[in-house]
Amino acid sequence: MPPEPDQGKVVAAICRATADVFSTMVGMKVQSLEVYRQPCKPEPANGVIGLIGLTGKWTGTGSVACTGELARKISGQFLMAEFPSVDQEVLDAMGEITNMIIGNFKNALEEEAGPMGMSIPMVVFGHNFMAGTTQSVDWVVVPFACGGERLEVKACLSQQSEQPARRRTMGIPGN
Amino acid sequence: MPVDVLIVDDSAAIRKILQRVLAQANLGVGKVFEAADGREALDAVKQQPVGLILSDINMPNMDGLQFLGELRSHDQWKHVPVLMISTEGSQTKVMEAVQLGAQGFVRKPFTADQIKEKLAGIL
Repeated sequence: MPPEPDQGKVVAAICRATADVFSTMVGMKVQSLEVYRQPCKPEPANGVIGLIGLTGKWTGTGSVACTGELARKISGQFLMAEFPSVDQEVLDAMGEITNMIIGNFKNALEEEAGPMGMSIPMVVFGHNFMAGTTQSVDWVVVPFACGGERLEVKACLSQQSEQPARRRTMGIPGN
Repeated sequence: MPVDVLIVDDSAAIRKILQRVLAQANLGVGKVFEAADGREALDAVKQQPVGLILSDINMPNMDGLQFLGELRSHDQWKHVPVLMISTEGSQTKVMEAVQLGAQGFVRKPFTADQIKEKLAGIL
């Protein structure tokens, strides 16, 4: 298994970033719950998931996930509006919430790891779908109690190999 | 004289929040225009001159630093004040924005008061 960043530091950075976003711009309390690890294989999912890719010394994915109902509550607080259903505005709001949480998590990692890149967020909403990455390291999952429900912020990161890629040739002995 | 403003961010939610902050700021803001990336923003300033720009950094098509560089390369937009609003936290990015000519930098997440304070200093 490739090296991963220190789990304690990952959890602390996720907790700080999530608390900061929710207190500053959402106005909802979040309480971190017991952290756990989850294998990176695809798992059944329901609700809203925001996903962002991270690159640099540590490469992987950050995500923010919750039910559709919680996403509507969070978006309502964020935008001071009411959302009777998960619509484009809710998905956009959750995309920005994901961007700010994972972005600030990235900023904390950069203090030790140096500059990192981040993708534009992607947000998925649905029922009974599968979500996963191609990485072989576990997700570090930080659940939060929020608005009477559960929000999960996750990261799976591994160290980029420093070895140059080997050139592959087809069926030529000695190469 | 009211100042027309351009908000540049790929998030419609952030554009909406900043519209609300500007409306409540009591800083003599006039019309507010929006763009979802740097390329749209360049098209917008060509159509409609503005007196202030609020811009994100990480956006598709053209990011905020490229947009700022393009803006400053044209005489008619050299002096339009630009406030960068972004999740980017590295000193390197902040310095790059300042060197390209940004008047200020606010990190996301932000409060309305933080934006108003920065704008009061710029306008």
